[in-house]
Amino acid sequence: MSIGITAFGACLPYMRLKRETIGAAWERRGLKGERCVANNDEDAVTMAVAAARACLPVMEPDSIEALYFASVTAPYAEKSHATLAATACNLGTDVFTADFGSTPRAGTSALKAALDAVSCGMKAALVTAADCPLAFPKSDQEQLFGDAGAAVAVGGENVVAELTAFASVNTEIIDMWRNYGERFVNVGEERFISDKGYKTAMTAACQKVLAKAGLQPSDIAKAVFATPGLKDDKGVAKKLGLTEEQAADNYMLEIGNCYSAQPLLLLCGALETAKPGDRLLVAGYGNGADAFIFTVTDAIAGYPRGRFAAQLRNKKYLGSYIRYLSFRGLTETKPGEPFRTFPSNSATWRDQKSILRGVGHKCKACGVTTFPGHRICPGCMAKDQNEQVHMTDRKTSIFTYSIDNLAGRGDDPVVVQTVAEDTEGTRFYMLMTDFEESEIKVGLELEFTFRMVYEGGNFRNYYWKCRPAREGGNE
Amino acid sequence: MSLKDKVAIVGMGCSRFGERWDCGVEDLVIESAYEAYEDAHIDPKDIQAVFVGQMYAPVGGLASAQVCDALKLKDIPWIRNENWCTAGHMALLSACMAVASGAYDTVMAIGVEKLKDTGYPGLGAGRGMNPVTEARRTAPGSFALIATRYFEQYGLTIGEGKELMAKIAVKNHANGSLSPKAHFRNQITVEQALKAPVIASPLGLFDCCGNSDGSACAIITRADLARSFRDDPIYLKGFGISMDPVLPHCRPGFEWTSFPALRTSSRKAYEMAGIKNPREELDIAEVHDCFTITELAIYEDFGFSKPGNAREDIDAGFFERTGGLPVNTDGGLKCFGHPVGASGLRMTYEIYKQLQYRVDNPDRQIKNVSRGLSHTFGGAPQLSAVAVFGNTPG
Repeated sequence: MSIGITAFGACLPYMRLKRETIGAAWERRGLKGERCVANNDEDAVTMAVAAARACLPVMEPDSIEALYFASVTAPYAEKSHATLAATACNLGTDVFTADFGSTPRAGTSALKAALDAVSCGMKAALVTAADCPLAFPKSDQEQLFGDAGAAVAVGGENVVAELTAFASVNTEIIDMWRNYGERFVNVGEERFISDKGYKTAMTAACQKVLAKAGLQPSDIAKAVFATPGLKDDKGVAKKLGLTEEQAADNYMLEIGNCYSAQPLLLLCGALETAKPGDRLLVAGYGNGADAFIFTVTDAIAGYPRGRFAAQLRNKKYLGSYIRYLSFRGLTETKPGEPFRTFPSNSATWRDQKSILRGVGHKCKACGVTTFPGHRICPGCMAKDQNEQVHMTDRKTSIFTYSIDNLAGRGDDPVVVQTVAEDTEGTRFYMLMTDFEESEIKVGLELEFTFRMVYEGGNFRNYYWKCRPAREGGNE
Repeated sequence: MSLKDKVAIVGMGCSRFGERWDCGVEDLVIESAYEAYEDAHIDPKDIQAVFVGQMYAPVGGLASAQVCDALKLKDIPWIRNENWCTAGHMALLSACMAVASGAYDTVMAIGVEKLKDTGYPGLGAGRGMNPVTEARRTAPGSFALIATRYFEQYGLTIGEGKELMAKIAVKNHANGSLSPKAHFRNQITVEQALKAPVIASPLGLFDCCGNSDGSACAIITRADLARSFRDDPIYLKGFGISMDPVLPHCRPGFEWTSFPALRTSSRKAYEMAGIKNPREELDIAEVHDCFTITELAIYEDFGFSKPGNAREDIDAGFFERTGGLPVNTDGGLKCFGHPVGASGLRMTYEIYKQLQYRVDNPDRQIKNVSRGLSHTFGGAPQLSAVAVFGNTPG
């Protein structure tokens, strides 16, 4: 049986920061290009969910038997993020979940695990990775890093990129590391870590996988390499004997190094333009390297593409470096008003169907649909006659709204209070995110997006928000 | 059972409203209660039960204990009433029902809120039943949804809509400038209102009521005993209390320009009071102008104006002191602020004084008044409480 990638999706945050803006803040030259910045309601979980949700429309939901989540910067030091992502994707509780972390190689580790699971008989596995890596302020990495998520589904049917070969090497080296309690990654001497870490492992893994597949570098259509810098990947390609033409775009000028998501994200990017028969050499790095050769199948022709490019186009620049710092919690800002109500662990668990899964109620007696649901129908008062209806894939539009200038965080107080309506007349009360004030009007089309709401109760509270529906939107 | 003319208010008190930094709950309730005792010529020991209206400030859930501790009325029941912004009316109407039932002859309804002890200038975010789904819900952000929709439905430009709301603010400030107990006693112009910072679009600063401290108190007794307290008791003519069952934000088909709770509560109050045409038969009204757009929606839902016609009436000055139906003659929530539990009783205080021709500043006394209405509106989900009073029985 041929196994491989059956779906892919990326999550590029709407917010971007020009590297020259960071450079100017430190009175130094900025590097070329710009980077993605997670909005202040985004984190590794929300971006992983967005990327995973982008895979779902082309999948049979019941076929998904596993969800693998990978991140080095996920919010909880202890507690599964995979379960949270699976729940937000409205997958069943019988789905196997696993969390991968510790190294940016976690993304390809999860992909390898999924391929293995499917080769052992699992129908389909969803791999989703996201990171918001944090570098020391003023460091080069601060400019080079980017926040993003990417997901791929692995299965044996409707494969768009078939696995041809896999190889891996592991390297014990202290090149980039974070001790417990540290926010910023430590970086070893750059020539040392590049020579003995990244380049050596990437080259070895790629040579090994080419040998395993019995292929020459010239057989590769595109080399898709995770890269810590603007062109480290090009160095590896050259060493392998690949031409510049064969090196895939690393999107370092638009996105940045998004750690565990990077190899999967670049794979999404490459698949956007790949042709049947193309061989893609994909490699991720982190204390060693994982290398895959995928062969693009005829099925790619029928796969909905173009969203990645659209996400690259849809963007809004943060006006200042300090905004970035406050978005990531790296500078203390004016506190907003305190919340008057607090969530509880048990209430959050109890309400997860509506809050996390986005499931509402449709009354079997009168058809009225409500979100969140009500046990007693507000239309006809029928008791417990509800059908569970999943809502968050629906398209909605603004029924009424207010641009509320004082409701948000102290550093980002503007909130769009939104009442949205779907084509069936169901109403949704949500906050809007990723908006331009000038575009907001009654009737504006919206889509759902899973976001962090706040950190009441000493844990993260996630819920659904809306955002203007844009071509290639995240979900 | 109709309560028309069954109970009467024989004494009322109202504290000065505002930023009462020097006063706690104790001082505020003493200020309103002792004015009411004196007004009713009653000894505190003659109070048989106390109905307290408070929402949450400064300490949620402790209203009765705080007020009891302040007033030292002992050996009698204390009953807390909380229904969002209608808390003051709930205390008043619970007291009326208790007297009408025969359980007590003479009781006190008292409302108080010490918002300025919360440490924040607004009521805050996260005003709702669910800490996650309503985490950033605010009062201005919710009521603004009415305005956006009203403008859309009736084809008003933002500019036209904002000017319409500004006229309500200007009217209420003009009235408030004549109210010694009001928090804000400044007159404003339409230009000032339009130029003010936006709080939650399209609502600007002057579309929003203030955050204030205050207390108001009523002494209620059986109608047949009322004249033993005073010559000019004010009679309860009717009331209506109604709640919408779903957060309007999530309610399928909800238009946002009209609220069932407003329509039902006013209709029930009119029915009990025998009012067929409120626009003609009411002489004065104190309604819940937490935001100017709320007052506008109330005009239409209460039958003061036909749906969509509030604009004509506003432009004609119909709700001004010299108009056909003066509304919020003391300046309303706009000028008194909204110490939540006190507001319903403060509004009733204005109606009570107007109907007795004893308003604290004769310049705002309305002539030829016999019937008036007070009203509070809260939520969400929306709750509305309406009480109609008259100065003669029958």
